[in-house]
Amino acid sequence: MSEVAIASRIPLEEYAALLGEGEIDELRVLAKPLRGRSIEMINSTAVGGGVAEILNRLLPLAEELELNMRWEVMTGGDDFYGVTKAFHNALHGAPYHADPKDFEIFLACNERNRARLPLDAEFMIIHDPQPAALIDGRKKNGNHWAWRCHIDLSHPNRAVWDFLDKFVARYDAAMFSSPEFSRALPIPQYLFYPAIDPLSEKNRELESGFVARTLAQYQIDPLRPILTQISRFDRLKDPIGVIRAYRIVKRYFDCQLVLAGGSASDDPEGAAVLKEVVQEANGEADIHIIELPAWAPLEVNALQRASTIVIQKSLREGFGLTVSEALWKKKPVVASAVGGIPVQIIHKHTGLLSHSVEGAAYQIRYLLSHPEIAAKLGENGYEHVKENFLITQKLKRYMTLLLAMERAN
Amino acid sequence: METAETPFEFFTVSYLTRIGNQSACTLTEFLTGLQQCSDASIFHHTFQTLSSHHFLTEGFSNDFAQWAHADANREDLAEQLAALDVRDYLSIAALRSDLCRVVGDYCAAHPALAGQSALERFYFCESVEVTLPFGLTARTLEEFRKGIAHLSHASFYFHFISSRLRLQLQTNDFSHWLADGLGLGALADSVNHIDIYTNTLDSARAQVLRLIDGEERKG
Repeated sequence: MSEVAIASRIPLEEYAALLGEGEIDELRVLAKPLRGRSIEMINSTAVGGGVAEILNRLLPLAEELELNMRWEVMTGGDDFYGVTKAFHNALHGAPYHADPKDFEIFLACNERNRARLPLDAEFMIIHDPQPAALIDGRKKNGNHWAWRCHIDLSHPNRAVWDFLDKFVARYDAAMFSSPEFSRALPIPQYLFYPAIDPLSEKNRELESGFVARTLAQYQIDPLRPILTQISRFDRLKDPIGVIRAYRIVKRYFDCQLVLAGGSASDDPEGAAVLKEVVQEANGEADIHIIELPAWAPLEVNALQRASTIVIQKSLREGFGLTVSEALWKKKPVVASAVGGIPVQIIHKHTGLLSHSVEGAAYQIRYLLSHPEIAAKLGENGYEHVKENFLITQKLKRYMTLLLAMERAN
Repeated sequence: METAETPFEFFTVSYLTRIGNQSACTLTEFLTGLQQCSDASIFHHTFQTLSSHHFLTEGFSNDFAQWAHADANREDLAEQLAALDVRDYLSIAALRSDLCRVVGDYCAAHPALAGQSALERFYFCESVEVTLPFGLTARTLEEFRKGIAHLSHASFYFHFISSRLRLQLQTNDFSHWLADGLGLGALADSVNHIDIYTNTLDSARAQVLRLIDGEERKG
């Protein structure tokens, strides 16, 4: 395990300017009884992926509130990460043939990490399945352990879940991104949402010149409607379905489609999907397929801000934080009713939900025909994110959990 | 300036959503859920959701109505559920009873629809509450105004909406103290009549502040 470097601190006053002094004072009130007490977050990667991105923003904020929060990253060999990748896919419902050797590799790696770590913080927050077996190292000092699961466990592979269940059941609490993902467990289960940082590069205000330059760079016409889906090139994000929905819309509106996602160069499956997408687009000039670098927050921000409508037509989704990113920018969103998306898109209030290619196309046409309704959805969506999906709310939720766990004992 | 003998102490509240073990896919299952879920669950889907969705002032009332509208596609039932005003209830038992009556009557009147599957399931959750003093107190109307202006949304909600259950009275913390602490019955009544369904927490707060300003100008 190794401690990680975290993003630089942003003064609380900057959040107060955005959210109101009272909201920040409330965080101070909740932080007060937790000051000086140790809180440790453990996950399996320092960079890449939503969990690392959130922790990277959460810790500086916790520091601003004088909380003693640390973040450590689990280490393991290729064999361990090969097994946990297979577990991850199996927990999402992909076919998996249980091999006892996989479970041995998983346990051995957890044991090695257990031996190296004190695991004695008063509050231990363990993220996702990889480090779940660290609970075996629980001290008899009465510290509190919570397991935060960021993945969709609605249809898990039985063998993998039965194996993990034995560990998870020994925590004091478990947290899931949607009620649908929760399991039959003997411990309290809470709803915890991922969050965005309004002051990060991906979400902060941009100068209009930068947005215009980004559009020019990718030869996107700023004068015609822009439909955008920001997602890695993954079949579960249904990029082909997005193109088909766009083609239906195109019969009625002279619009453009932007499909932008992280680089597929180091991901064989991503590269294959990108190829399929390019094939489906068939060189159509108004379909812009943009392969972004792995970390391109400003470009993502600019593309979202330039969009007329943001689409998230996933077939399955953990939470789909790109939806919150778009809503924060007051964009009308048309998204599939899967995973954590309906929590963010309250149908007809903060966006429109769809269940098919045709449904998505219809909702997009409706919003293009009624820009005043699109604007209202965007405004409501912004307020929804402000109230529920910002990093400040996330920290508030964590502090509430810690206080609740303490009181429960 | 009038000074209250007992100061108003501002609190704040933070909620965790605990996932229950009940869900419903049909109206019949929904009714069973309403009958059997905990009081904390009824509170969560009515009172608490008003706080977390306060910015929706057109047609959103509670989670039950929203599910009937968006997932069960039963507009008439949704309207009846949305019409239930949490301010009319001094106990969760009374609110539950009315929710069950509305859904029960609908199922009885439309037996063929009661067993139809909704687009998405309804999951019964519960609110777990942690309250802490906000660190502000008021003895005068001026201090009280200053405190209200500074509160977080959650704190404002705690005193203005969920307080009814705590007080077991048709009023809220602010009105209660204005009447009892400062003897300002008329102002207390006006504050209590602010419509929380057509206002956001911010606009409701702005109305409270305007009413206090009016009172201060009189004095």
